[in-house]
Amino acid sequence: METRMPEILAESSDLVCITGGRILDPDSNRDEIADLWIENGLILNGRPEQRHEKQAVVVDATGKIVAPGLIDARVYLREPGFEYRETVESGTLAAGSGGFTSVLCMPDTNPVMDKAEVVRYVNGKAETAHTRVFPVGAATENCDGRNLAEIGDMVDAGVVAVTDPNRTVSDARLMRTVLEYAGMLSIPVICHCEDSDLSAEGLMNESYSSTRLGLAGNPNVAEDIILARDIMLAELTECPIHIAHLSTAGAVALVRDAKARGVRVSAEVSPYHCVLTDEALDGYNTSLKLSPPLRSGDDVLAIREGLRDGTIDAIVSDHAPYAVDEKTVEFAAAPSGSIGTETVLSLVMTELLDSGVISMNQVLRLLSLNPARIFGLSGGTLQPGAPADITLIDSDASWTVSGEAGYSKSRSTAIQDRKLRGRADTTVLGGQVLQWRAGS
Amino acid sequence: MTEAPGLNRRHLLGLEQLSRQEIDLILDTADSFREVIDRPIRKVPALRGRNIVNLFFESSTRTRISFELAEKQLSADSVNFTSSGSSVSKGETLLDTARNVESMKVDCVVVRHPASGASHFLADHLTQTTVINAGDGAHEHPTQGLLDIHTIRDRLGNVDGKRVVIVGDITHSRVARSDIWGLRTMGASVAVCGPPTMLPVDIESMGVDVFHNLEEAIKDADVINMLRIQLERQKGGLFPSLREYSRLFGLNAEKLKHAKPDAIVMHPGPINRGVELDASVADGDRSVILDQVTNGVAVRMAVLFLLLGGSDRDGD
Repeated sequence: METRMPEILAESSDLVCITGGRILDPDSNRDEIADLWIENGLILNGRPEQRHEKQAVVVDATGKIVAPGLIDARVYLREPGFEYRETVESGTLAAGSGGFTSVLCMPDTNPVMDKAEVVRYVNGKAETAHTRVFPVGAATENCDGRNLAEIGDMVDAGVVAVTDPNRTVSDARLMRTVLEYAGMLSIPVICHCEDSDLSAEGLMNESYSSTRLGLAGNPNVAEDIILARDIMLAELTECPIHIAHLSTAGAVALVRDAKARGVRVSAEVSPYHCVLTDEALDGYNTSLKLSPPLRSGDDVLAIREGLRDGTIDAIVSDHAPYAVDEKTVEFAAAPSGSIGTETVLSLVMTELLDSGVISMNQVLRLLSLNPARIFGLSGGTLQPGAPADITLIDSDASWTVSGEAGYSKSRSTAIQDRKLRGRADTTVLGGQVLQWRAGS
Repeated sequence: MTEAPGLNRRHLLGLEQLSRQEIDLILDTADSFREVIDRPIRKVPALRGRNIVNLFFESSTRTRISFELAEKQLSADSVNFTSSGSSVSKGETLLDTARNVESMKVDCVVVRHPASGASHFLADHLTQTTVINAGDGAHEHPTQGLLDIHTIRDRLGNVDGKRVVIVGDITHSRVARSDIWGLRTMGASVAVCGPPTMLPVDIESMGVDVFHNLEEAIKDADVINMLRIQLERQKGGLFPSLREYSRLFGLNAEKLKHAKPDAIVMHPGPINRGVELDASVADGDRSVILDQVTNGVAVRMAVLFLLLGGSDRDGD
């Protein structure tokens, strides 16, 4: 099947005027209807010289939000090694279609991204990608928690953080070493918090639902214990840590307390954990099998409060593509994960914005400004002189999620058939204007 | 009779979803099949021309034999599939196995699988075939639950208002879950008893009382159902030793004195004699364990008949 490609409305060498949109930029506190000019791939201060204006490519953004380009801090691009699930090409198409202009990709590829060579390989693939790609390196060799990876080499090759993405470095001494080393190199360590003894056989959240379904439970405390440990180690080493996909009320409270003490900790959540609970697993639907597992309603409420009060810094898709065959198995045998880059913005707008949990300004902090700051990226802003990474959002677009209709190679989405409102339709990537679908 | 009696469903996946009327229908039908199996010629033509595959992905002796006898006594054609030496060891998925079976034009699959939800999975993906759950992981074992309820009704006259205590590893027990759902639906009061390491979180929400002391638990019981202790759970650290488990949670004649004098003792089998159940109790006059086994055949005949013998398949 031929892949649909976005229509290129302008190249990065073009002078571009995005006209008539509502410019919403948390970084500069702008919220106004105005034109936004782009020249040489950068955001202009005001207008260009008048004699050039006629040459401009005009992008009509009337009725749309002109936002800083969205940044997805947790994506599995699966390349190299698992190209049947996703590639840099397909994964960044999916991300671009969802309104993202940058993604951070996880290192559990094959070979694992634990050496500069693998980082360079991904960087090479990213040259023709449809978003910026910022690799995250492995914290330990092979992500197996035994030996420190060559983090210094990887930082030189461009990684913006390190992590063992799906397992905790269970050896606390080695974790301390990772933090000291990363701290020296001024990159944050992304922490997947899960005590593997406590969660050992867990297939879903430990709750009445797991009791009913006869599925082994993964208790909240498995996450909270390691999160508390990692906060203590961050305090000891003064290295910044970023908590990956937190899912429990206890985790929100721990992060809130640590921030109040001045620990350099930030945290992210997937939109699924803000919207769905473990009760949704009733029919053993493997597309709802996630890591961490969907938790209880109380956890969802605590996470929403954490988003509202700023305890949680970022929303990530946690885009974890798997092939159809891998997910079409009995629940215990299915891998954990859902695709997400194409739906995260819309799900957040539908479930958190429309219900008044957070404002659009907060949405853009969570999906752009904050991840840019946490990982030291140049985007996340519409300030003059910044790279022209921009997302145009149509707040009124209504659509229905279909895993089959998306750009990802995977079809397994936790929110199949859900009706959503609000969608990005155009991204600007360093001045190159990509129209993902014609405006409504 | 213009229409054969039937259940208003294609599959039997668990007792959680069954209504009191449906369970009554199955038990009443089982009563008539119980008469059939007490005859010298134990065969009726009810399912002649139907074919059934027993898909067993986990070893089982009594459940498989019980289903097989039920199928043969209903004159169905049945074949057995067990996972060892089959295509499963060649890496074929559950879905592919099931689809292949369905392509052979099978009316019904009876499925035993170690994964909870495996029978739901098959019911979701098979378009023509009836699925009967013969035990899925720690989820449900509906025909065992039905035969337990049938045995209680048989022995005590009815189930409504009776007190049933289930003792042992509730967390890993599909029998316990099916018993709890079915017994609660039929109006029994249910308690579970075991160490906290073997009781799943929030089990109270299934409508049961929780005990950690066997004598207290069985005080007012009409029925004591002793679950088989899986010996490999000791390695998982859920109890320190068989000796201690037996002392705290095993049922012997001495402890049985705490129960009502006419209380009956059940066990889904196979028994670890001297561990959860003392031989004197297992073989004593309060034990209905072998009745359970006989009723199991009758109940399975009833389920097969009600799911497969409906008029829509018979035509006019």
